[in-house]
Amino acid sequence: MKGAPPPVRVPVRAGDELPPLTIEITRLLIVSGAIASRDYQDVHHDAAAAVEKGSPDIFMNILTTNGLVGRYITDHFGPRSVLRKVAIRLGAPNYPGDTMVLTGTVTHIEGDAVQVKVIGVNAIGRHVTGTVTVIVDQAADQGTGAV
Amino acid sequence: MSGERASEGGLYERLRAYEGRVAVAAGRGKDPVNEAMIRHWCEAMGDAHPGYTGPDAVAPPTMLQAWTMGGLSGHAGQHGRAGQHGRAAQHGRAGQATGSARSAAYEELTALLDGAGYTSVVATDCEQEYLRPLRVGDEITFDAVIESVSEQKTTKLGTGHFVTTRMDVRAGGELAGTHRFRILKYAPAHRKLKDKRPRPVVNRDNEGFWDGVRQHQLLIQRCAECSVLRFPWLPGCNACGAQEWDTVEARGEGTVYSYVVMHHPPFAGFTASDHAAGAAGPYAVGLIELVEGVRMVSNVVGVPADKVRIGMPVRLEFLRVDDDVELPVFRGGEG
Repeated sequence: MKGAPPPVRVPVRAGDELPPLTIEITRLLIVSGAIASRDYQDVHHDAAAAVEKGSPDIFMNILTTNGLVGRYITDHFGPRSVLRKVAIRLGAPNYPGDTMVLTGTVTHIEGDAVQVKVIGVNAIGRHVTGTVTVIVDQAADQGTGAV
Repeated sequence: MSGERASEGGLYERLRAYEGRVAVAAGRGKDPVNEAMIRHWCEAMGDAHPGYTGPDAVAPPTMLQAWTMGGLSGHAGQHGRAGQHGRAAQHGRAGQATGSARSAAYEELTALLDGAGYTSVVATDCEQEYLRPLRVGDEITFDAVIESVSEQKTTKLGTGHFVTTRMDVRAGGELAGTHRFRILKYAPAHRKLKDKRPRPVVNRDNEGFWDGVRQHQLLIQRCAECSVLRFPWLPGCNACGAQEWDTVEARGEGTVYSYVVMHHPPFAGFTASDHAAGAAGPYAVGLIELVEGVRMVSNVVGVPADKVRIGMPVRLEFLRVDDDVELPVFRGGEG
């Protein structure tokens, strides 16, 4: 089928490693993520207020981390992939000027449901650890030629 | 373990009573699912998933919680005052920040934690399950329960209690997702203290010394029985054992009796000896012999650490090292 969307994807297997995604933690990302998630806590946009509360600077809110983890997974599995579960735990905060590298490993496959363990590491340590279940239409992604 | 709980005076039992109670009743999303908010989200996250654009868009599933947020205007009319909540209270404008749709029970739980000193809050866990996509036009409603309150826990951030809520999010009345959210309500550990000088330990035996420092007096104890001077401050005389004493104010002159130069590890609270730089660096710790005859340990300032010498004349001064602490130190003289 000409014009059908790429990519012809090899079947997903447990143990597969997703290519890492590097995210620069800018003030812009922290603030725009907080506002897009309608989180107006001052520690996510007001550095002086954050310092007053014992934090060295503003830091990323959990909703933004959640959004980035979701994006990481659907970016990899393609436009037909649908998130089913995202469970994350936060550790080392994402402060401006840092870089977070997201990595993922496929841990389990059941039918179309692929479970991926995601880890996001910054200069301080593990910002996020999580488990994502994503529905991947493997037959469709492999294209008609593969069936 | 029992000690921790005992120190809270039965707080945990009172907190636990809130498990299972309603956290949010009949919350309503402030906006129906809409293209603009989806686009703003995708722009912020850098998410170019084609399913999230256009009039037939579904919302990124991870946006689930965003649809329930009160924003700046809050969830008016739904237990309207969010100001009791720790986060909102810190903002100083009641109801402004969290826009809480929270129940009276949740507010009470929060007030209990605030009252126990656990005034700070941080989100630690978010577990979401997406049962059906949210589409442009969907009206959002939500309910939540207080699922659990943990025992007292001590984390890097400080000591407090984890509070877990579980929310059901509905679209057009139909369950669309579940959202389990865990926060830590905690009393911040004073992490910044590690960047400061250690706090002096002031007790009944030495408080007179620190009272003197506040008035820029370096006070030496003198035995009321045998008149022997002593430093540091002690409850009794080493020479005769008598417990009565009075004080003598040091003239502030002395010499370096001995010293070491501290190179490593660096501590932010201890600046270079000239105190000009704000950065940590080598500094001289002197054993200063005062003209009165007693010796005391303090910093030698005003000369580079490697220029401090035994016998160097020094003069007392008082150095404010931070907002809370002022210390007697000794300025090295020329030569």
